[in-house]
Amino acid sequence: MTMNASVLKALQTHIDQPIAETPFEPRFDALSRYPDWYVWAGYKAAHSLGDVEAEYTALRNAAGVFDVTPMNKYRITGADAERFLNYLTVRDVRKLAVDRVHYTCWCNDFGHVIDDGTLFRLGADDFRLCCQDKQYDWLTDAAFGFEVAIEEETHHVAGLALQGPTSCRILKNMGFIGVEQLKPFQIARYSLGEGTVTVSRTGFTGDLGYELWVENGLALPLWDQLFEAGALHGIRAVGYQALNQCRIEAAFIVPNADFMTASHVLRPDRARLPDEIGLDWLVDPDKPNFNGKRAILSAQAKGTAKHVLVGLEIEGNVPAEGAIIYHRQKREAGIVTAGIWSPTAKRNIALASLDRPFGTTVTEDLWAEIYALCEGRYHKLMKRVKIVPRPFLKLDRRTTTPPADF
Amino acid sequence: MTSCDAIVIGAGHNGLTAATLLAEAGRKVLALEASDFVGGGARTAEFAPGYRSSGLAHIVNRLDPDVARLLRLPAEVASGELLPTVVLSEGREPAVLRGAYGSAGIEGVTEAEARAFQSLKAKLLFQASILKRFLKRRPPEIGKMSGTDIKDFGLAGMSLISRGKEEARDFLRMVLMNVADVAEEYLADERLKALLAFDATLGVHLGPRSPTSLLGLYYRLTGEAGGLAGGQFIPKGGMGALGAAFADSAKRAGVTIRTNASVRRLLTANGKIAGIELLNGETIAGDLVVAAIHPKSVFLDLADPADIDTVFKKQIRNVRSEGNVAKLDLALSALPRFTGVSERDHRGRIVIARSARHVDEAFNPAKYGEFSPDPVMEITLPSLADPSLAPAGGAVLSALIQYAPYRLKMGWETGKPLFEQAVMAVLERHAPGIGALVVGKDLQTPRDIEARYNMPGGHWHHGELQVDQLLVNRPTDLASGYSTPIGGLYLASAGAHPGGGLSGLPGLLAARHILSGDRR
Repeated sequence: MTMNASVLKALQTHIDQPIAETPFEPRFDALSRYPDWYVWAGYKAAHSLGDVEAEYTALRNAAGVFDVTPMNKYRITGADAERFLNYLTVRDVRKLAVDRVHYTCWCNDFGHVIDDGTLFRLGADDFRLCCQDKQYDWLTDAAFGFEVAIEEETHHVAGLALQGPTSCRILKNMGFIGVEQLKPFQIARYSLGEGTVTVSRTGFTGDLGYELWVENGLALPLWDQLFEAGALHGIRAVGYQALNQCRIEAAFIVPNADFMTASHVLRPDRARLPDEIGLDWLVDPDKPNFNGKRAILSAQAKGTAKHVLVGLEIEGNVPAEGAIIYHRQKREAGIVTAGIWSPTAKRNIALASLDRPFGTTVTEDLWAEIYALCEGRYHKLMKRVKIVPRPFLKLDRRTTTPPADF
Repeated sequence: MTSCDAIVIGAGHNGLTAATLLAEAGRKVLALEASDFVGGGARTAEFAPGYRSSGLAHIVNRLDPDVARLLRLPAEVASGELLPTVVLSEGREPAVLRGAYGSAGIEGVTEAEARAFQSLKAKLLFQASILKRFLKRRPPEIGKMSGTDIKDFGLAGMSLISRGKEEARDFLRMVLMNVADVAEEYLADERLKALLAFDATLGVHLGPRSPTSLLGLYYRLTGEAGGLAGGQFIPKGGMGALGAAFADSAKRAGVTIRTNASVRRLLTANGKIAGIELLNGETIAGDLVVAAIHPKSVFLDLADPADIDTVFKKQIRNVRSEGNVAKLDLALSALPRFTGVSERDHRGRIVIARSARHVDEAFNPAKYGEFSPDPVMEITLPSLADPSLAPAGGAVLSALIQYAPYRLKMGWETGKPLFEQAVMAVLERHAPGIGALVVGKDLQTPRDIEARYNMPGGHWHHGELQVDQLLVNRPTDLASGYSTPIGGLYLASAGAHPGGGLSGLPGLLAARHILSGDRR
């Protein structure tokens, strides 16, 4: 079969629009003081709208709005949905009640983490999985033999994260009656015009916050009502840079930043077990077989995990992003995967991946080698680091129900 | 719920071999067979009133001597008179290979050609012997090489150079070649080239000009009969007698065999095998299950999809296992006469393939889901050795026909009568008048073989026997050493190393591996 040029062209419209735009894009565009866009999973997304400090401050002291639409979203339904997801992921899905969410991860046969994400139980046999990477192929391969339907809904479900201390007040202003009773990881639904907003008390800031999910057509009405309801409560659109600071304070990890996912790595020693990236607490050894269980438990029994994720506090105030960690200032012990000066904790904090036994049995005499570029010259700093508990910032309002009113 | 030390699923020759050896080691063994007969492919059954024939395999050419010895198979079924191979060619006398693949001489070809064949055969046997040492042991585990593995690689290397640089170089040159090029290089006689081309490709989805097709011939030549490589015989009492002998050994060792006992699913607890559930709902507990059935059946039909991981599941789904051989049994009112074949040689294996090109041209349509109007085949007349198979004066003809693609484009319902016509036309050319003798017939396409023998794809090797599905990759790299990801579940069919054919080796090697103490 030969195709003529016009047929071929019609099949390749994606070439004309290499970057997709979320339904919220016009609002972000209008609010941006200067464009600082990046590409997130094929979507145009904001690094910042021009003032990172103000955006961070909104997230921690009022309310910030972050567009999470580019997150990959999969709807998993069918008689075997619970059993399938219990097989796919490391946590026990049988314990996840309807209208609840849990954070989880999933692994390949060798126990290496493929991705992490949030699993929403929308009904007894109805789930939504939100994650960073494209997972359709993996999900369909894993689903062989199960009675489930998997639908990619990334491109027709829009999402906003509304995070910060005034977020509950703003939702109440929207007329979302009873939203203050929503516990962390709980889901509720409210009508908005002709449609429905699904509200979950979830987020990526370690703060009081909600995520709002709508069909694409309802995206702009949601935005407009939200900003009207939040006008007197400091609502502000935020980009990834501000969010990233918050998530580091909360010690949340980002795939392909704090660890490389199994489907991205080329070098066999770069994939990570849950135990190597601080996700061992998710793994439920008592539930029936799940993908990677044998490998994970065998690695635990044999003690073959090679890495460990730790939280560090670093002396001084120079962010240690990308720094190499040394033991006794000599032997390489790991790398900082994310580091900032925390504006709220007032500490120089970092997430680091250390090579065991550093970080497990050897925890003293660790140093960060920071290259600080100052006016055309690198200042090589060797700073003492201390392993500290995660999260770096623990906010009571994250979990208090009902949250304080404003 | 009953229980036993070891449950063997599938009472084919491999399952019975494993069951016997486990029972002799003191295990209480239960062998479960889904069909109403034991022996699997080694079977004799009535296909037309008063006519019986071998079910699937119709000749023995690779029964492992250690299997025969360990199972104490009676000599009359474990060995027999070596049968000649008769290669037919229209318009000229056939070429006849006597003894084991011509070890007792080749008739019908020039003396020079006979010498050329013998020298090529010696070369191929040498090369096959280097591979053969890997067929009688568990494949090495990549990344976990044992001292024995390293020793074996060393020995293989030494035997490779034992005949000098020239032979070693030839091995490395030829090992992945296609059989047609090798035959062209060493032989002149089209019938001998045709024979090599046919034997190398019988049972796999390769034509003689497909790269690596020589491997099939090596595999064939690693088989032996009567201590002679390339030998072949029909056991006294037919193939069914061999199947029955395997079952007798098992029973003698204390194995309980249950037929019509179809397994519905594998039971597990904490990722390890815990028993099986039968189709009738009965459950049998046991922490050792040996699956001597097609690996696809084990993991895609019997295992809970939640019990095996995704990469492995995908590997198993991708095992290529679509059969390409049809089996035809003819009930004949009188003995057919193949032109130019002596009366005595009708007892042998008759190959219809006039040239390597003929075999290749029979393969070409199979690539596109079609069959050739001029297929190639091998024929036996089992009633000559065992007159009880047919009524007085009658005869039975059994033929294995290439190529009959599992996924026939027109569908086998439509295609079967047309294929049968094509086969009968070929037979009529070589045995004029045979059509008029037919009083009953049974043509099994790969679809029929799949249904009758519970073999996904109707593939008698339980998965293509090609370079990517051999050794450490048989059936896949995550289950190549008989162990599987499910603790206590082992593979022991032709789908495991070393592969198919009536050898008993997968069963033997699986049992040895289990008894060596692997209880993951």
